[in-house]
Amino acid sequence: MASEHGQSPTEYIVHHMTHNSVGTGFWTWHVDTLLMSALLAFLVGFVLWRAARGATEGVPSKFVSFVELILDFVDTQVGEIYHGDRRFLTGLALTLFTWIVAMNTMDLLPLDLPNNISTALGYHHAFWRVLPTADLNGTIAMAIVVLVLVVSAAIRAKGIGGYAHEWIAAPFGAHPLLWIPNLVLNLVELLAKPVSLGMRLFGNMFAGELLFMLIALLGMAASSATGVLSGGAFFIGQVAMGAVWAIFHILIVLLQAYIFMVLPIVYISMAEEHH
Amino acid sequence: MDINATFIGQIVVFVILLWFITKFVVPPLSAANAARQKKIAEGLAAADRGQKDLDEAQARANDVIREARERANQIIDQASRRSGEIVESAKTTASQEGERLVATAKQQIELETTRAREELRRDVARLTVATASKLLGREIDPAKHADILNQLATEI
Repeated sequence: MASEHGQSPTEYIVHHMTHNSVGTGFWTWHVDTLLMSALLAFLVGFVLWRAARGATEGVPSKFVSFVELILDFVDTQVGEIYHGDRRFLTGLALTLFTWIVAMNTMDLLPLDLPNNISTALGYHHAFWRVLPTADLNGTIAMAIVVLVLVVSAAIRAKGIGGYAHEWIAAPFGAHPLLWIPNLVLNLVELLAKPVSLGMRLFGNMFAGELLFMLIALLGMAASSATGVLSGGAFFIGQVAMGAVWAIFHILIVLLQAYIFMVLPIVYISMAEEHH
Repeated sequence: MDINATFIGQIVVFVILLWFITKFVVPPLSAANAARQKKIAEGLAAADRGQKDLDEAQARANDVIREARERANQIIDQASRRSGEIVESAKTTASQEGERLVATAKQQIELETTRAREELRRDVARLTVATASKLLGREIDPAKHADILNQLATEI
């Protein structure tokens, strides 16, 4: 496919790895990530809102039932982890799960679809990465919001003084000599949560996307192969591996969304526990 | 995989979606769910209550039927006893009436007999006087011979 544009495999990969961005330095904006995630957020919000509008205490429609099923699943997960008023946390978990599933699912779109669309629209070789969760900015942003929620939950549960005291007095003890080690350890513990959260999702989706690209290179090799036999082998290889990886990726899409949904709830319920 | 200003935009998008879902999606769905659960629980409780009411009503109906049956038997007993009594008293009354009628008839008959005998006696006396006067060829004065006639009448 890509060889039609006369690209080398490296160029093909780099092209697919490059964001459509504006600005320079820190003030670079990934237009594709922002637009895709906002679009999917709108879609998710709209679908859920339609279901919420159709909510009835009588017999719900099939569509509303489906959304209720998801909400019930999320609420059950949250309820098993967090024992308290979980209205907000259910909303948080539902938001994370539905939005991340929607964004991750973009990985299952044909790799060259955005490129073909932009070419059809007249923008040759435009950069467009459809997968917002394969952009570290996308996953870290959610992780930062989660971090803020964790800290605010801890402060709400213990008060500013109690939370500050925990920073210097736990886990080793309240002795003044132990304040610095406590502080350092707490900082590491606090920052490890959003970093691992964001990096895990990013790593999984980035790797998945990269593997799709490598599989697509087989097709590229097929179209540039000299012999019919080797060309056919490359083509069959691409179709078979692409199918297998796509099917396996459905699991990863849901699993990573589930992990990103559950861990913030775990963090928040941990933050409200007293040491 | 460079971190840049994009994450600020992503935070904004995420916070807006989070706000929207926690405000406009979860509450109505949860409320509908809770209301449905309550409705179903109430329905089940009402069904239980209805079953219990039905059982009680059945028991009460059985009591009423049994009572009614007893009462009916009582009434039937009473009625048959009463009818027996009525028949007995009617029999008594009828036989008394019959005896009375018979007695009255006997008296009547005696009276009639006496009267017929008196009449016969008078007729015999008159015939005797008439016959005797014819035989004697002369008029017997009934006033003159009243003692003879009376004697005759008592003999007849």
